[in-house]
Amino acid sequence: MEFYTVFWREMIVLKRTFYKFFASRLVSPFLYLVAFGWGLGRGIRMDGGNYLEFVVPGIIALSAMNTSFNAVGISLNISRLYYKTLEEYLIAPLSAGSFVFGQVLAGTVRGLIASLIILGLAFLFGARLAVNGWFFAIIILTCFLFAALGVVAAMTINSHEDMSNFSTFVILPMSFLSGTFFLPDRLPQGVAYLIEALPLTHTSYALRALAQGQGLLPVSLAVLASYAALLFLAAVVAVQKVR
Amino acid sequence: MIELQGLAKHYGSIVAVAGLNLQIKSGEIFGLLGPNGAGKTTTVRMLTMLTRPSSGRALINGYDVTRDLGKVKQAIGVVPQQMNLDQELTARENLELHGRLHKMPAKERQERINELLAYVELEERADDLVSKFSGGMKRRLMIARALMHRPRVLFLDEPTVGLDPQTRRKIWDLIRRMNSEGMTVLLTTHYIEEAEMLCHRVGIMDRGQLIALGTPGELKQKVGEVAVESFAGTETGYKLFSCREEALDYARKVTGNVLIRATNLEDVFIELTGRKVSD
Repeated sequence: MEFYTVFWREMIVLKRTFYKFFASRLVSPFLYLVAFGWGLGRGIRMDGGNYLEFVVPGIIALSAMNTSFNAVGISLNISRLYYKTLEEYLIAPLSAGSFVFGQVLAGTVRGLIASLIILGLAFLFGARLAVNGWFFAIIILTCFLFAALGVVAAMTINSHEDMSNFSTFVILPMSFLSGTFFLPDRLPQGVAYLIEALPLTHTSYALRALAQGQGLLPVSLAVLASYAALLFLAAVVAVQKVR
Repeated sequence: MIELQGLAKHYGSIVAVAGLNLQIKSGEIFGLLGPNGAGKTTTVRMLTMLTRPSSGRALINGYDVTRDLGKVKQAIGVVPQQMNLDQELTARENLELHGRLHKMPAKERQERINELLAYVELEERADDLVSKFSGGMKRRLMIARALMHRPRVLFLDEPTVGLDPQTRRKIWDLIRRMNSEGMTVLLTTHYIEEAEMLCHRVGIMDRGQLIALGTPGELKQKVGEVAVESFAGTETGYKLFSCREEALDYARKVTGNVLIRATNLEDVFIELTGRKVSD
């Protein structure tokens, strides 16, 4: 249960700063819902339904990604480069796997809370979504894989500036292009294929299908699970090499 | 207790530490003295498994620091140069995190936390966030944290850097007290007084190499017992003498202001390198 110590520390901090975290996670989805769901999207029909119901799964997907990636990536990068608190873990008898699992689990909890906030907001905006266990399983898998990506980035990127560049060049484009606000079939075919290979696209697809009552997309689940496993392993290797 | 055999670290063509051979005995306070950039911190980082040696090896209690990680981690406590407490946690939580990371049972952990908070006189601030602590309090808490799992060897990298004189003395007292209770201590410093007041033996480092080794007394005796500094106009004179009489004879002949004093480890360093430790 080594990983629990790492997780325990993150939960203490989360509890202590919960209101700040909660409020900050409220702002951007609220703006997205106002701008795209309410303002721009009113009257648009998309995929056979109203645009609000189309866009909510996309906003959940991008928020899950952003929250879990940033929660783990940025704080761990600062801890490694600036506060040096990472050394406390490196000199302790703790395996890299346990460390990564504890961190990723904590990032997943934060991502899940952010997603629940959006579900609550969407309900207030009047979106009708079918939410079941698979819906949450997809969210959790998404948070897990992007938290693991956060560990990889935090361990391999050697400045805060490059960390924010990584967000700008990798995370931000994914937020907008991965089937979150519109379907990639409207884009040139080559680009559409590329987008199909991104994990967040499959989160959007899977969440949207489930929300519309169409059931689970097994291919998307498999893609997400593969990314999660791969990035977890990459994170463990990155922590082993940081010494 | 601690044994360095040709321990070296290179970064490309830059030699940070050039093959150190050294033995530190159980129960000793050993100081690595040298200017910034001499390789002291790199040496400590290699001994505490935070940096991999390029060549050579180091043993702590007979365990190799690159192979027997688990055994070494249990045996050593580390107080790094940079303040690396978890600022988002309280003093108590910092100690608890360390205890949990070292797999101490809950009851033992709680007892040890209370004991150590009293030891470093932080009981009243136990449940305050570390971000509100002064420099001296943070340093004391870092020492308590390093002691949490009852290590037998303690590494302190520049333990009093940036602290005011009074707080520094408090840290020295703490180090002496731990040592009197059986702790082996290896510390690095670029403060002359710290090495002289605190350490049983001192290794002087410069440019990655150990250039002198011995008790402060032995080292000073080699360069002479008395130093004479003279100040006349823009000229500063500086000379070392093996006895008082010679120094006084010389001082009488010098014009301007004269300072006669006992030699210290700074004189040893100047004699060996032609530079001051603080340069």
